[in-house]
Amino acid sequence: MSDFDWAIVWREWPFLAQGLALSALLVVVATAGGLVLGGGLALMRQSSRAWLATPAASYVTVMRSLPLVLVLFWFYFLVPLALGHPVGALASALVAFVLFEAAFYCEIIRAGIASVRVGQTQAALATGMRQAQVFRLIVGPQALRAMVPLLMNQIIIVFQDTSLVYVVALRDFMTAASVVADRDGRPTEMYTVIAVVYLAICFSASKAVEIYQKGHAR
Amino acid sequence: MIEIADVSKAYGRTPVLRHCSAAVARGEVVVVCGPSGSGKSTLIKCVNGLVPFDSGSIRVNGVSVGDKGTDLPAVRARIGMVFQNFELYPHMTALQNVSLAQIHVLKRSRAEADARSELLLRRVGLADKLASRPDQLSGGQQQRVSIARALAMDPQAMLFDEPTSALDPEMVNEVLEVMQALALDGMTMMVVTHEMGFAQRVADRVLFMDDGAILEDTPKAAFFAEPATERARQFLAKVLSH
Repeated sequence: MSDFDWAIVWREWPFLAQGLALSALLVVVATAGGLVLGGGLALMRQSSRAWLATPAASYVTVMRSLPLVLVLFWFYFLVPLALGHPVGALASALVAFVLFEAAFYCEIIRAGIASVRVGQTQAALATGMRQAQVFRLIVGPQALRAMVPLLMNQIIIVFQDTSLVYVVALRDFMTAASVVADRDGRPTEMYTVIAVVYLAICFSASKAVEIYQKGHAR
Repeated sequence: MIEIADVSKAYGRTPVLRHCSAAVARGEVVVVCGPSGSGKSTLIKCVNGLVPFDSGSIRVNGVSVGDKGTDLPAVRARIGMVFQNFELYPHMTALQNVSLAQIHVLKRSRAEADARSELLLRRVGLADKLASRPDQLSGGQQQRVSIARALAMDPQAMLFDEPTSALDPEMVNEVLEVMQALALDGMTMMVVTHEMGFAQRVADRVLFMDDGAILEDTPKAAFFAEPATERARQFLAKVLSH
């Protein structure tokens, strides 16, 4: 370890930080967009009308069967063909992430809502509340509480999956490190440092969930 | 107050209610009993429209529950309901449980609602549990909170769906005592229960259900002295031997 060159880490940190920023952007957009779209899909799947429920269910099944890399490729190569003009790597990656993650968030939201006993809805309805109030005051808060660990888990997975955007020539945290590692012949330093950063971020996230769960133990 | 006329319901091809008719007058206490699976819970949940029925009609205070145009939330706001599994909201304190619908349905101010909740929780013997969450309360205490939650809406009638079935035996009486006090106060009550002692003490009439049908609708004294049907006789013999 004597020739472990820390200086390169400091020198290249701004470059790595740009990669980290891209990863963060992807996580934020994929989560926010995925939750909104996933919430819509979950509502459609709950519906008793087949013309709403069936397309949503098929969408979720298809997206969950495909590897994310494939979806990224698709949007990068096929969307420009369909539109007739290039959309850019970042835009296509953001869209691919949102559409892909929506399928997973849909299932998490559904599981959260399903975890709330039917009796809770009946009890709230019995006091004269309307459906929207029952959801806002009773089912929603309880579902959210059940969802938090699953959501956090999914966000961690998204964060790790952002490394796949190298296939459309974007430079996330992982890719930035590998660029430096190849260029300067310093793979040991680079891969060690980013492993530590990934570990630190993901570990604190799961710790935070643990603390949240302890605070809200039923 | 509550008029059930020729109500039938089936889940798929399995009938759960067969031509049920009964009425509960203002101030009356009617106990509904019968073996499990006889349709008692389904019937009582039809009364406030939590469970839809296929045919017949149910009127509460003259309002037809089954009609498409009926404002069910408005009907339900005037009928209290107590469930077998309490169904308190686990993310709220006892006080918040009792105040919630007062604030969001009756549009009372929080202060007004909380004052009323406190009064009712004191009345059911839980003055010291206002800030407790459901998981910090015993089953009997939870059920008393849920009775207070229903009473907070100033209901014209109360529905009880096996209120003591999920309780440990030593907690049954604390709940029955609250219900008995309510009955003596003149509350209109429809109570699904196996507690024949409660029926003997406070019921005006007893409905006996079996296989989705109301087999008997008898004044209490007559029911306990001599049930008209063989099924009710067998049921009583079983329940009272405990």
